[in-house]
Amino acid sequence: MNWCEYPGSWIGSEVLQNYGCRMASGLWVTFELVAVSVAIGFALALGLSVARLYGPRWARPAITGYTTFLRGTPLLCQLFLVYYGLGQFRVFWQDVGLWWFFREPFYCAVFTFTLNTAAYQAEILRGAIQSIPRGQFEGALSLGLHRWATLRLVVLPQAMILALRPLGNELIVMIKSSAIVSLVTLFDLMGATRLAFARSFDLSIYLYAALIYLVLVEIIRRVWDRLELRLSRHLALR
Amino acid sequence: MFDKIALLGFGPGGWGLALLQGAANTISVALATLPFGLALGLVIALWKRSDKVVLRAAATIYTTVFRGVPELLTLYIIYFGIQVLLQKVWTGFSIPPFVAGMVALGLVLAAFSSEVWVGALNSIQRGQREAASALGLSKAQAFRLVVFPQLIRVALPGLGNNWMVLLKETSLISVITLQDIMFIATRANVVTKEPFLFFGSAMLLYFFFSLVSAWGIGKLEQRTHRGYAAFGGATR
Repeated sequence: MNWCEYPGSWIGSEVLQNYGCRMASGLWVTFELVAVSVAIGFALALGLSVARLYGPRWARPAITGYTTFLRGTPLLCQLFLVYYGLGQFRVFWQDVGLWWFFREPFYCAVFTFTLNTAAYQAEILRGAIQSIPRGQFEGALSLGLHRWATLRLVVLPQAMILALRPLGNELIVMIKSSAIVSLVTLFDLMGATRLAFARSFDLSIYLYAALIYLVLVEIIRRVWDRLELRLSRHLALR
Repeated sequence: MFDKIALLGFGPGGWGLALLQGAANTISVALATLPFGLALGLVIALWKRSDKVVLRAAATIYTTVFRGVPELLTLYIIYFGIQVLLQKVWTGFSIPPFVAGMVALGLVLAAFSSEVWVGALNSIQRGQREAASALGLSKAQAFRLVVFPQLIRVALPGLGNNWMVLLKETSLISVITLQDIMFIATRANVVTKEPFLFFGSAMLLYFFFSLVSAWGIGKLEQRTHRGYAAFGGATR
């Protein structure tokens, strides 16, 4: 018996035992998808928010338009547009040598989720940077720090503490949203669960999946609470 | 590309009318969910602040569960769950996707909006309730006439966010065959093999509704702020 069949046999659920391994590998797909897109999305968002605040004049409307559009449309619609819509231009992608990317549902999902979470995270970071008092910039500049050094050493570390909680919420939202990739034939946790239900007609498998998501979200929430306490320990907030 | 635009038209072979009907369905399911979700959210928020341990615990468990489980999963559990349960007493029963979607998204909306309501309730000072009871108002009257009107002003920005999230989440109901924008776009894609055109149009429709909502919520906020000098309301 494989390790992933044990939970099902312990609690005496036949369906969880039969599909335990599929769900475990589904959980891994969910994890990979969220980790990769949130990480790349964060890097993008950092650039976007700084460019939005201190960049050239044209960057401001462009970035605001990008974030407004991606935050104003459903992720499901974006995913379908990328997976089915961009797949329509197959010949073009083959010409530029990117067909291997847009052919795979996993890469399409990562692509969509990255762009989507970058928009949300950029707004979070922009808000956090904007709420740092002007005096901090002026103080750093008067100490002779370069503009980039001011941003990197003075402003961003303080902004990150403010952004930490909303970023944690965004991570949780991404984990929950990742369930929709099961609709583009990816076998993430939700996809494995749907398969298990379609074959067994045992509704309890959905409840087990809900429990797994719940535990996942709860772990992240706890870790984030710890992280916040640790990072703000010099502030004596409580 | 441009010869394909006719597919969005209203003539024969055009999907314009179907898309508009889908948009109407999207809006109706969102509007139907809103009062249910917000009212339940307010009840949960009052439970969270209750002095009975059982109610507080129930409210905490409720929000933890519905905020932690993916909406798609909640939707499936409600849709198939109700179906399976009711088919035991009424064979051949099938729940309309509209109702299942409304219940599932309403339960999720209640969990998220309860947080907003709690924050708003906390912002109303004790003195308001005390003064109301000194005037001889019952607890229910105090809530309805004194607390609630002030509550709305504080809660509106948060509730506005909840509405925007809800509007986008309705796209999920298409997977249990509610004929909303997403469903029509998917079907049009199957028939015409023009996914970019149809999902792009669906995206623009959703974006349009988001922009209108943002504008409307802004107007509502202005209205609730009239009379408050700090927000530019008229006091002179």
